[in-house]
Amino acid sequence: MSQAPLPAQPAAEPAGLAARAAARVAEHPTLALTGILAILVLVTGFVEPNYLSVSGARNTLLQAAPLGILAGAQTILMLTGGIDLSVTMIATGSAYVAANQSPEGAAIAILLGILVGLVVGSANGVGVAVFRVNPLIMTLAMSGILLGLFTAWAQTILQGSTQMGPFLKLLGGGSFLGNRVPYSVVVWALIAAGLIWLLRRTGWGRLLYAIGDNEIAVRLAGVRVWQVRITAYIVAGVLGSIGGILLGGRTGAVDLQLANAFLLPSVAAAVIGGTSIFGGVGGYTGTILGALILSVLNSMLTFLNVGQAIQQVVYGGIVLALAWGYAGLTRRA
Amino acid sequence: MAVRRGEVHALLGANGAGKSTLVKILAGVHPADNGVVHVDGRPISFQNPMDAMNVGISTVFQDPALIPDLTVRQNLQLSDIDEAAFTPWLTWFELEDLDLDALVRDLPLETLRMVDLARALARDPQVLLLDEITAALTADQAERVFALLTEWREKGRAAVLITHRLAEVRRICDRATILRDGRNVALFEPNASPDATNGAATGTMFDVDEHDLVEAMLGAEVTELEEKDESEPLSPNQQGSRSASDEVAFSVRGLTSGDVVRDVSFELRRGEILGLVALEGQGQERLFSLLSGDRSPSDGEIFVGGRQRRWSAPYDAVGDGVVLIPGDRLLALLPNLPVRQNLVVPLFSRIRQWLGIPADERQRVRNAIDRLSIDTRAASQVRRLSGGNQQKVAIGRWLVAGFRTLLCFDPTRGIDVQTKRETYALLRELAASGAAILLYTSELAEIPLVCDRVLIMHDGRFVEEQDAARATESSLLTAAHGLEVPA
Repeated sequence: MSQAPLPAQPAAEPAGLAARAAARVAEHPTLALTGILAILVLVTGFVEPNYLSVSGARNTLLQAAPLGILAGAQTILMLTGGIDLSVTMIATGSAYVAANQSPEGAAIAILLGILVGLVVGSANGVGVAVFRVNPLIMTLAMSGILLGLFTAWAQTILQGSTQMGPFLKLLGGGSFLGNRVPYSVVVWALIAAGLIWLLRRTGWGRLLYAIGDNEIAVRLAGVRVWQVRITAYIVAGVLGSIGGILLGGRTGAVDLQLANAFLLPSVAAAVIGGTSIFGGVGGYTGTILGALILSVLNSMLTFLNVGQAIQQVVYGGIVLALAWGYAGLTRRA
Repeated sequence: MAVRRGEVHALLGANGAGKSTLVKILAGVHPADNGVVHVDGRPISFQNPMDAMNVGISTVFQDPALIPDLTVRQNLQLSDIDEAAFTPWLTWFELEDLDLDALVRDLPLETLRMVDLARALARDPQVLLLDEITAALTADQAERVFALLTEWREKGRAAVLITHRLAEVRRICDRATILRDGRNVALFEPNASPDATNGAATGTMFDVDEHDLVEAMLGAEVTELEEKDESEPLSPNQQGSRSASDEVAFSVRGLTSGDVVRDVSFELRRGEILGLVALEGQGQERLFSLLSGDRSPSDGEIFVGGRQRRWSAPYDAVGDGVVLIPGDRLLALLPNLPVRQNLVVPLFSRIRQWLGIPADERQRVRNAIDRLSIDTRAASQVRRLSGGNQQKVAIGRWLVAGFRTLLCFDPTRGIDVQTKRETYALLRELAASGAAILLYTSELAEIPLVCDRVLIMHDGRFVEEQDAARATESSLLTAAHGLEVPA
């Protein structure tokens, strides 16, 4: 067979259909996620027929809004190869401050609440970007510090109201248009639009992806990488604050465990949505779907009424399965 | 293609022709979509690299396949290699002094290539696949590899050699397969008569004309390009200093960094291409990282447009229009992102550029892709592009963003003839439009073609300046060894 190259056989693809379907899905991961979401909604509706109603949808969205916003913080950071394990403590702290300041009026409560995210986000950013502390360590330690600080402050400077003001309760848990559309979903939609714009249509967004893929190349391109990292942690901190304030408004009263349960889901929503923990790959659209999927899943497990322990196991298992299935698909691409 | 026992088979082709992909299929790294590999006449399907090793195929890939944070010894253990089988090969390559407990990341690239090769040999393979093994080696190391291949052939084993250096092919290969656009387009088999095939020791590719090889690799149009090159040489001797003006764009005085770079001074004028020649490890890498702001010098001054600058990061250098194309492409690329995303990064280096995207971003990217004729078939992830196209992307990001002084570190290493020519032409064009260019190259033949002047660096110092048009490989090499060049 030395001389003439063999003519290429026209490929008779075996198992072509399955492979092509997989390839199609890998090309458009959002399609697959939307499909999974639809199936979950139908299954939940099968378990509890009342779920397929306006109030069912509203409840799911009410749950999904704070989660989606916290997962937005993770998405931004994960794109740079970072993560924020203190995001739920930022959320809790912000809600705590907002509740404490509620007697001063909603505007002051919100501003001071967001200030918590600004300050903590900046500290995280400086630690990671300037002092080059590993983001896992930095934010985990920050989470511990915040818990300690707020526990102490709850007895001293933050003594007083633990009730959210009426405006914040409305914002976090209220709805309009005949009790159909939650206000928190409107806030989430605005934030989502802002994040998608930032990631797709700004230089800052381009740099987030670029840093996550190869920091050295970005540095040699004349970018001060630390500036991008610090701003990313600040944005994440502010998102954590907003998520926390909405969550606090929904529950009405705040305590120091307010957002604890959201840490794993906030990372999981981003991962399920296709954002890589290693950076450079992903986007917020997927995260939105991830947050919705997790919220529906939560409702389903509640309706199944199987008990807290089994709920936890099933929840963790499904998160793993989704992440694993997604990784398999994208690796093939 | 078929590889016989007792032959050294060259696998040639332009960048992106599919050489490395073919090697990876043969090594079991990628599965073949179609087609069959026969080993000793039996069809074999490779599921993973172990399968290939088990049938006696051992591979040295283009980039060292060693784990940087482990020692050489740990790397050997990881790949299940017996040290007793490994060390004789090190001795063969005159590396017997190598400390096996040294971290891989601390070893120079050329040593790693030899370690990689010795490791492949330690498996005692029947077929050796060498992907651009000589690209990073010094001349005497390459000699050792050639001696090895000659012996290899005499033992009746087979080797496949990928290289861009046609002189090597003519010297040591028996036959050559040419790939173009992923297809086998030609087989050069100079000793086709059956009685000649066992006369193994003669480098029979020597009878093949290099031009024929180039023509087969690139298709017909390129030979014209080459003739044009010969008919109107770019060298400046007839034209005086081609485009250099008298305006000094960039200069350094007494630049020093530890004892790696010592007291380096030079001036770089607008429109000038200043060559830099040095043997491996003479401080040129450090010099470039000083000049690009990546490191601060321990002593000395840098001037841009006559004003002294103090840089703490590439950010400052880029702000002054001084940009770097690093020698290691991996330092300039975002491997998992598309070509477009790679090209636009420098557009956003200042905070005021963050909240928006220039209206002409698309157009600029388009222009750069066209100007460099980047092959965008695999544009969705830069790591899938061929080496030459990756290099073009590394250059392209500065075409998109603009610059005044360009620092090029060995931009043509490991890329094919045509891309090299395109790169020279582009550099000349950029200089003609007023850019100042400092070009370090390990290919001495480039100097008279591209440069106006050339500086020679030895042991951290500039030891000579020559007129590039009159520089010959021997005069450059003599000076690079730190010897006096006879007048």
